[in-house]
Amino acid sequence: MPKVTIDGHTIEVPEGTTILQAARMIGGDVTPPAMCYYSKLKTSGGYCRTCIVKVTKGSEKDPRPMPKPVASCRTTVMDGMEVQNNSAPDLLEARKGVVEFLLINHPLDCPICDQAGECHLQDLSYENGLSTSRYEFKRREFEKIDIGDKIKLHMTRCILCYRCVKVADQVCDTRVHGVINRGDVAEISTYIEKAVDHDFSGNMIDVCPVGALTDRTFRFKSRVWFTRPMDAHRDCKTCCGRVVLYMSGNEVLRVSARKDQWGEVEDASEGRAGWICNECRFEKKELKDWTVEGPRNIDRHSVISQNQYLEKKNLRIDVSNQKQIEEKAHN
Amino acid sequence: MGRKLLTEHINVPGIRNLETYRRQGGYETLKKALAMKPEDIVEEVKKSGLRGRGGAGFPTGMKWSFLAKPEGVPRYLVCNADESEPGTFKDRYMMERLPHLLIEGMAIGSFALGCRTSYIYIRGELMYVFQILQEAIDEAYAAGLLGKNIMGTGWDFDLHVHCGGGAYICGEETALIESLEGKRGNPRIKPPFPAIRGVWDCPTVVNNVESIMAVVPIVRDGGETYASIGIGKSTGTKLISACGHLKKPGVYEIELGVPVEEFIYSDEYCGGIRNDKKLKAVVAGGSSVPVLPAELILKTAAGEPRLMSYESLAEGGFASGTMLGSGGFIVMDEDTSIVKNLWTFTRFYHHESCGQCSPCREGTGWMEKILHKILDGHGTLSDVDLLWDIQSKIEGKTICPLGDAAAWPVASAIRHFRHEFEEYVRNPQAIRTDHHYYRVNNLSPELA
Amino acid sequence: MSEQKEIKFSEDALALVDRIIRRYPEGKQKSALLPVLHIAQAEFGGWLPAPVMDYVASLLRIQPIEVYEVASFYTMFNLKPVGKCVVEVCRTGPCWLMGAEDIVKYMEKKLGIREGETTADGMFTIKTVECLASCGTAPMMQIGETYHENLTLQKVDEILDTCRTTVKEPVSHWRKDKIKG
Repeated sequence: MPKVTIDGHTIEVPEGTTILQAARMIGGDVTPPAMCYYSKLKTSGGYCRTCIVKVTKGSEKDPRPMPKPVASCRTTVMDGMEVQNNSAPDLLEARKGVVEFLLINHPLDCPICDQAGECHLQDLSYENGLSTSRYEFKRREFEKIDIGDKIKLHMTRCILCYRCVKVADQVCDTRVHGVINRGDVAEISTYIEKAVDHDFSGNMIDVCPVGALTDRTFRFKSRVWFTRPMDAHRDCKTCCGRVVLYMSGNEVLRVSARKDQWGEVEDASEGRAGWICNECRFEKKELKDWTVEGPRNIDRHSVISQNQYLEKKNLRIDVSNQKQIEEKAHN
Repeated sequence: MGRKLLTEHINVPGIRNLETYRRQGGYETLKKALAMKPEDIVEEVKKSGLRGRGGAGFPTGMKWSFLAKPEGVPRYLVCNADESEPGTFKDRYMMERLPHLLIEGMAIGSFALGCRTSYIYIRGELMYVFQILQEAIDEAYAAGLLGKNIMGTGWDFDLHVHCGGGAYICGEETALIESLEGKRGNPRIKPPFPAIRGVWDCPTVVNNVESIMAVVPIVRDGGETYASIGIGKSTGTKLISACGHLKKPGVYEIELGVPVEEFIYSDEYCGGIRNDKKLKAVVAGGSSVPVLPAELILKTAAGEPRLMSYESLAEGGFASGTMLGSGGFIVMDEDTSIVKNLWTFTRFYHHESCGQCSPCREGTGWMEKILHKILDGHGTLSDVDLLWDIQSKIEGKTICPLGDAAAWPVASAIRHFRHEFEEYVRNPQAIRTDHHYYRVNNLSPELA
Repeated sequence: MSEQKEIKFSEDALALVDRIIRRYPEGKQKSALLPVLHIAQAEFGGWLPAPVMDYVASLLRIQPIEVYEVASFYTMFNLKPVGKCVVEVCRTGPCWLMGAEDIVKYMEKKLGIREGETTADGMFTIKTVECLASCGTAPMMQIGETYHENLTLQKVDEILDTCRTTVKEPVSHWRKDKIKG
């Protein structure tokens, strides 16, 4: 098995592992940020360039450094490879540049964006960006198009990660949306107004790293950090039925798939991603539809965990309270 | 007079037709090649030292030897005729006049690589050349030079021409492959390289028109003979597309190693600067390569005469050198605004960015806007520094070389002509009234 | 009900599409998309309305979105109606050095439209384009498949006048009468 050293941490990984995957195995700060790569979607990654790293030694066999920073999500580990991420100031400067590029045309409308609080671009710019913008021109705008009653498209927020296109290709069996035009006017579109409507199309919302694709049934209902995420499940013929409910009191405001620490959909069973169907996501908005398992463990650095929910978690949620919820639900 | 390997017969009347082409020895080399072992042909190309003529200059023989040859999987030779690099028009010139030279080269290359079907990918705008190629291919099929049992050797080979739809990026080999598959011209992320997984996931070699044409004289005369022409690692002849403010713009076949000064000023080549103006700057290898001021294009920083070769043009690195690139030789006279010329280049890359990766998608447009602001007289000195910073953040961070191609002209213009940017910033009024750029001679006064 | 013309290629065009598809391996008929879009544009008045693209998708047995994605990527495909003669003037560096900007200005003035617009009689559209590999014969413009090189203002006058008197049908890049495939 090849051995790779990233920022001084050495790890042995299976053949074919990418630098990014190896860094995730090491964990912590060593892991480069990734905006377009999504381990559950084939051929994803390589576009956003935020996960670039510096390869200072190619391999034991060919120790030459790589001449340019490489996308860690698409570069396979070689035995003896040495990689710098946080330990290379010039790389961090380059990444700052990438973050700036992603932001120059972004509307920065976080105050009215439903993704705020769980937006990867927010995290990325907070952790790797500049506090001011050097861009002084008009930001890009697009003609609004309606892609259906379930999903709201805000093209101005899109970073063209292609994840939603890959969901349509790989999770749904038909694709009616895609990337049209090119260059900086390229956009996610159905071209002619067409409803994105497939049993699994809602997963496009979950993979979207920004607020470009959001849940219409949750629109302006609540800031996500005021909700209480709960793990829940139901017997579903179409999908795994394992979800997170975002609740306010006993009201289910939103349903999403369960996501891991990288923001990706968790496996439902060994090797099978836990994509959920549109019925579970959009139509089961009553607590009685679900068996609630308990509070969702949300990563400490997420803004969602900053509110009352965190306190309750620390208090180890009162089981009687949970029972009350279930009783109420059954009544 | 330098030797002409590709353009020797270009002025023979009717050379576009098969019959005339054959009378000049056409397809004799194919006959010779079909009697050789394929690997020996690859060996000759290696010996010739031929370097990819599309711009990157990667040794063609080496590229050929990397081609994977798994059992039972077809492999393809694809000719890159998507010539779109500003300043470059040699491939169009050659295909228009000598379509059969390309077809012969494609047949030889395909035989050497074991390809049963090959494609010429031509940019869609060159529809009339597409037609010329199609007619030539039809002629070759009718004469048994393509198709089944070619020249009675039992070798079957099909050649098709495929047209693009208008996208510079399709000159990048993986974007070209995507486009050939009927998709958007988004470059692929490498590895895997086309030699392993190219068109329809099969091993593929993509070569420029001129490289494929050069295979014909290489196989005809032998790799060593070809390598004896030129200088050092710049072997053979190269087609230079000379344009801009020259007395005699056009396509010239030169032996690599001709001094730049001779190329610009001698009557054999460009005949000097139009209207006997002074030379200001040259972009020597297509719009992507660094622009050099007159003193650095004629002589290296060390004071040596600069030669038309891969090595000599690159002498001094990007600090004082440039690249031979595609051989698109753009000459600017003393009246030219470097900043405005740069703006047209940056606008070009902005327009042609595929939009896949963020630095290129966002950065090219940003640079164009800043340049526009400077040209409009609203620039500040810090805008020049910002431009420099943006280009440095695009270069080397993108999926394909378009990012570098967009960054280098900006970097070199600032490096060598910073004073001109500053002039635009300091004296916008003067610039506005005297937009000193070149005009058509018979410009009507009311347009001024 | 408004009368809708059936969207269908001529028999000749269909036969040509069939021959083009056969140039690519079995099952790779999507590869024919760019040539077929050129033919479609030539067959249906110089531009590609959505129903035409849907028709192309059905011919090649692919999803309509795959056609939209591609047609909108490449600059030669017009997704909005254009004039009979789309005058494509190169504006990139080498042509600019030789006065392309003046050619555009002159034409805008002469035709009374701006770049990107179509004359009221539907005759001309001015479209600025990037490098067409004609730098040594700059400035230049393209109408249909034809390159007009070494332009002067006088030449522009002649070319536009000729178009006005001779062009009856939309001029496309793909010459229906000439390219047999």
